[in-house]
Amino acid sequence: MTTPQPILRVEGIHKTLGDQLVLNDVSLTVNRGEVKILIGPSGSGKSTLLQCLNFLHHPDQGRIWLDGREFKATSRRELCAFRQQVGMIFQDFNLFDHLTALGNVQIALIKVKGMAKAKATHRAKEELARVGLADKMDLYPAQLSGGQKQRVSMARALAMDPKVLLLDEPTSALDPELIGEVLAVIRFLASAGMTMIMATHQIAFSATMAHEFLFMEKGRIVERGSPVHLLAPGATSRTMAFCAKINELSGDLGMAERRCASSSSALADKPQGGHGTT
Amino acid sequence: MDFAKTIPVIWESLPFILGGITWTLSLVFGAMLLGLCLGIPLAVGQVYGTRTVRGCIGIYVWLFRGIPILVQLYLFYFGILAYLSQVPSLAGLGLDSAFLAALLVLGLTSAAYQSQIFRGSIQALPEGQLKAAQALGMTESQAVRSIILPQALRLSIPGWSNEYSILLKDSALAFAIGVMEIMSRTRTVAALTHEPLPFALVAGVLFYLLTHMGIRALKTLERKVRIPGYARQGSMS
Repeated sequence: MTTPQPILRVEGIHKTLGDQLVLNDVSLTVNRGEVKILIGPSGSGKSTLLQCLNFLHHPDQGRIWLDGREFKATSRRELCAFRQQVGMIFQDFNLFDHLTALGNVQIALIKVKGMAKAKATHRAKEELARVGLADKMDLYPAQLSGGQKQRVSMARALAMDPKVLLLDEPTSALDPELIGEVLAVIRFLASAGMTMIMATHQIAFSATMAHEFLFMEKGRIVERGSPVHLLAPGATSRTMAFCAKINELSGDLGMAERRCASSSSALADKPQGGHGTT
Repeated sequence: MDFAKTIPVIWESLPFILGGITWTLSLVFGAMLLGLCLGIPLAVGQVYGTRTVRGCIGIYVWLFRGIPILVQLYLFYFGILAYLSQVPSLAGLGLDSAFLAALLVLGLTSAAYQSQIFRGSIQALPEGQLKAAQALGMTESQAVRSIILPQALRLSIPGWSNEYSILLKDSALAFAIGVMEIMSRTRTVAALTHEPLPFALVAGVLFYLLTHMGIRALKTLERKVRIPGYARQGSMS
């Protein structure tokens, strides 16, 4: 086994929005091929943290290293170069409404990477095929379902060859029956060794592929650990309590306990600490 | 008044009056174009610019929206342009032309109004559009050019067709400094024949037809550039 290779490391991130301290001394490291899951109640700072990680919000304090190099947002050019390497998936997709699925994936390749149009088209088609949308490439966002839109947005981010992918509640805006297709893509990416940090409420799902859960509350990471550990039957972790609460809110308490339990027992069979097969 | 008698007079003077359409349309299209070319950067500056930039644009808009067109026509024609054409190095450029004065006044005023149409459309777009573009590594100006403006300009077409119809009718004021557009010509003929009413009607009909045709053309444009999948909106009736 190779030694862990840190891709993205942040230390001591603080962020104030308005007069509220949204992030209070957050530090984390994600190694190549790892999947880290951010969980916690809404308003706990998950979204702001992710946006700080690619400088859509500039942190007030703290340091960031990408692939071993410290990044300081000194020039606009460096900032754009940094963002290209850190892919972002938004809760409400944010597809460019005036462009087809193909155009959405293609445009940054042409404008940002300076790729020739034919090459960009080829690459964009490949990425759309990878998320199962080869036949939808000429449709506009308004003609796609939510799940399809989110898959286009994943193809768009992946086409830039990011070193790490940040996912901000990628399934929260979707109708329940459309969540599966997006989760399938995420699972595929994880198995292909994509480094990811994802904020989500899909705890049972993410427990099956996460290397670490980070539980956030009031702008801090208050608990971290492997899902097996945090969701072990009888565990008294915050994560476990939160998981039960989410499922309780969806109106099925007995089911909730079984799901938490089954996701952790499923994990017991999974080889620990391994990287995804590439 | 005897309309039957005036019909042959109108008929006879019609070629002269219709000749004004060229001037009216050159003035309107020229001013729309000038307003578009200036209005887009003004709108972008007002939304994304620094405080100073926003302040300067605010003053520009305030000035050109606040001063009546007729007053501006006099100021430009008898003031600024008359003065500039006296400057030796600028002589011979034809700066003392009434058409140029009217074009500048209508164009600069339209830029002020158009900038507010575009600003409204830019601000109506979801914030996530700019964020998503930036997250892909686009600079702000790349994002504005390839993502924001293509959408904002589409949204602006209904407001823009309103601007066309206003500009068309404002262009009639250019008669005051002697541009030979439709209004000047009908007034000339009316003065010669001492029949003001029929010729006012002729001018009214011509302006009505030009307004109608322009708005039809812009509706077609709106339909042509509509993004597929969006429900028909109220403006598309």
